[in-house]
Amino acid sequence: MAVALVSTAVFVAVIVLVVVRSAGWDDLKEAFFSRQEFAEAFPDILSAFWTNVKIFLIAEVFILVFALAIAVLRSLPGPVFFPIRALAVVYVDLFRGIPTILVIYILGFGVPALQLPHVPIDPLFWGVVSLVLVYSAYVSEVYRAGIESVHPSQAAAARSLGLTHGQSLRFVVVPQAVRRVIPPLLNDFIGLQKDTALVGLLGVVEAFRQSQIEVAASFNYTPYIATAIIFVALTVPMARFTDWLVARDKRRQQAGRLA
Amino acid sequence: MRAAFFALALTTFALALAATAIGSTAESAGQSQITGCAKASLNLVQEGQLSLATDNPAFEPWWFGGSKSKAWEINDPRTGKGYESAVAYGIAKRLGFTRAQVTWQAVPFLKSFAPGKKSFDFYIAQVSNKPERRKAVTFSASYYVVNQAVAALKTNPIAKVRSLAGLKRYRLGASVGTTSYDYIVRYIKPDQSPRVYDTVNDVVTAVKTKQIDGMVHDFPSMGYVTNVQIPGSTVVGRLPTLGPKEHFGLVFQKGNPLVRCVNRAINAMRRDGTLKRLEVRWLGKTGAPILK
Repeated sequence: MAVALVSTAVFVAVIVLVVVRSAGWDDLKEAFFSRQEFAEAFPDILSAFWTNVKIFLIAEVFILVFALAIAVLRSLPGPVFFPIRALAVVYVDLFRGIPTILVIYILGFGVPALQLPHVPIDPLFWGVVSLVLVYSAYVSEVYRAGIESVHPSQAAAARSLGLTHGQSLRFVVVPQAVRRVIPPLLNDFIGLQKDTALVGLLGVVEAFRQSQIEVAASFNYTPYIATAIIFVALTVPMARFTDWLVARDKRRQQAGRLA
Repeated sequence: MRAAFFALALTTFALALAATAIGSTAESAGQSQITGCAKASLNLVQEGQLSLATDNPAFEPWWFGGSKSKAWEINDPRTGKGYESAVAYGIAKRLGFTRAQVTWQAVPFLKSFAPGKKSFDFYIAQVSNKPERRKAVTFSASYYVVNQAVAALKTNPIAKVRSLAGLKRYRLGASVGTTSYDYIVRYIKPDQSPRVYDTVNDVVTAVKTKQIDGMVHDFPSMGYVTNVQIPGSTVVGRLPTLGPKEHFGLVFQKGNPLVRCVNRAINAMRRDGTLKRLEVRWLGKTGAPILK
């Protein structure tokens, strides 16, 4: 314990000394950690962050439903459903493969350029659609891993009790699968939160875009630090919450087993 | 015979030497025309050359003459054509640099003011000199006073607007970090929040896709925007200068002493009418009405 403390203290001290005594430190400090710039930029960025919150809350609901549907379609048994399985595979390959930034550009500027009647041209709409498409591909794989981790005997038992394939998924397999994949789901949720900044490309002023505006106005980078702090302030409590959720679940399961 | 030839060669060599000596004392390339700013005394990133930077792509009318180089989209800054290219080479000439001694690199606007040592002597890309910005970089004397303007599709009702207050009802857009955006927020104060894009190209796309009603950008650039980039568009009007005038300045490393000599060159160009002449030549049109 004491050794760990001392070695950590020495390690941190060396890093701090090297950074603080470097030739560019004063410039960097002024450029990234200016108290005055922080105070000026923070309120504007925080109110722009509300846009990010809206984007990821709306997107997440659709992603959770859409991704589960894809995962279920992909695990449909039998040769009859081959086209559906194939379609699900193609979808996942495509949207996991294309960089998110490109999907946003292509849909956000491309679809409105078609000038189709009754099709929205709002950048926020297409930004959310892009994120839903991309993240559903990731999340469906997480779900699939969860579904496949449930032992086949569970499904077999369910079927032998007279449940249909759908019912066995609904009541036996999926509830267990989802419980197991909560940590990776949260991982993707945090990824989604950060990627909401990409919707700014389409002209929407969200937190990152607001910080860029502030940076360009003053030629000072402190607003970026302010944005980073806001994002972290949201993700850290959520990570702890999931930890707690998983721990509680484990406790309950084990308590059940012991009883 | 051989001796005679040798003597001849020697004489020619001596004459050539004398010629360069005379040439260098007289006004010619290689010698600064600004007193107190001898070329060798300048603080340069690369010894003996002027290392300049601008954004890529380089748009008209600031840059002109096209590009044959893969490194430059739309216009190559080395042409000497277009207002900013002409100003840059004008400064270079007055400080005694030949055209071959001027080098160019592409630097995005947002990187031009990054902390740390700059890779260029100065950056020239329609950057507005603002007091807050002077904490991070040093600006040269003004080489242009700019007005903002609004452009839109002719079919959009905004095209009929004739007053500043009339713009309030519409969705406007500008590129990020520009004074065009500041103008929207500070003086137009539209009912709907303005859209902000990474590049002028994206703003142009948003006008084309009707995601915004009008774009705000500097007036001299609007000729290219409305004639080339957006078919069926028009300059709705120039925006009046409210508050302090907006000056374009060259961006230097903070505290770079080179700015003193560059300022003298700019001032000389203003005094002898060069700046005015270049402005008329490259930014000439003043057609659009000013919105009141």
